[in-house]
Amino acid sequence: MAQKETPEINAGSMADIAFLLLIFFLVTTTMDVDSGISRKLSEKPPENYEPPVIKQKNILEINLNRNDDMLVEGERMKIEDLRQFTIDFLDNGGGVGKPDESGPGEICDYCNGERRDDSSDHPNKAIISVKSDRGTSYGMYITIQNELLRAYTELRNRYAKNHITGDYAGMSYDELLLLLGNDKENEVLKAIIKEVKNAYPQIISDAEPTK
Amino acid sequence: MSKFGKKKKGLPAINTASLPDIVFMLLFFFMVTTTMRQTDLVIKKPQLPSATEVKKLEHKSLVSTIYVGKARPEDQAKYGSGDKIQLNDKIATINDIANFIYSEQEKHNPEEIPYMTTSIKADITCGVGTIHDIRMALRDINALKVSYSTRRGDLRENVR
Repeated sequence: MAQKETPEINAGSMADIAFLLLIFFLVTTTMDVDSGISRKLSEKPPENYEPPVIKQKNILEINLNRNDDMLVEGERMKIEDLRQFTIDFLDNGGGVGKPDESGPGEICDYCNGERRDDSSDHPNKAIISVKSDRGTSYGMYITIQNELLRAYTELRNRYAKNHITGDYAGMSYDELLLLLGNDKENEVLKAIIKEVKNAYPQIISDAEPTK
Repeated sequence: MSKFGKKKKGLPAINTASLPDIVFMLLFFFMVTTTMRQTDLVIKKPQLPSATEVKKLEHKSLVSTIYVGKARPEDQAKYGSGDKIQLNDKIATINDIANFIYSEQEKHNPEEIPYMTTSIKADITCGVGTIHDIRMALRDINALKVSYSTRRGDLRENVR
């Protein structure tokens, strides 16, 4: 009796099946990464906490009303002008900075501002306070936050370009951050970024919105 | 003529035996990178604001998302027309946020908790008051890292 061989399974349609699955996953895949404006909230103050007295000239007050109009230091301002105004305020350098462990506060020697008496003393003392209404639209709020962050980024870029020496001289803050993203363990780079951040620390406070 | 045999005509067929391998390779790539949408939106899909100074959120597992927006038109009779907060799969109130964050934190090791971020996906028409309430609720339970989720784009789209 002739031995019957088992017939081979036809694998011709294998590619079709795989293609079908492939197309399914192609369609359902979303590659988007969640991105946004990140912010660290301030810690809850202890009870009976007395907030320190801050000189008025070190506070940039931004008010938003429920019609999405903006007042900066009590005057109406267009969104396009806010960035430059913020830069002028932060970069003023009219006095001495906060005292730290290395000694008393120093004059801001990297500031390019006009050093006026009625504007901020030092970038590390300059506080931006955003007071909105409960009815202010979230879109407007984010627009303002974005403009403020742009002001900080511009100042940090300038500082990094002019004051960083060594391997990373001449690079902007944005470029340094990109480099750090590719090389997360680089301690030298981390220290440099920390220095730039400390030169212009982000101090943005959100005041209790008005009802 | 027949002495030399027949001359072959046309191009030889390309061997497609390795085609399934290639397709499978692509298939596995997409299978691995696919993330299925975990939560279904109960509220109307929020239109995120645009911004330029955005930061990517890394470590997806450490992110808990709070959606803020209006209820769908058909649900507005039930929930009202104000800003609604969605946690997991249902519409919730400000008081539920603490429990939501705690339950998210329980899924992780204690040493990872300080790195956990709360992503707020809010519609551009929401009131800042709602956002502030969320912020206060998060501050009370010491979940201080917050990200206001945005798209990359033109700022003029934010204000109507």
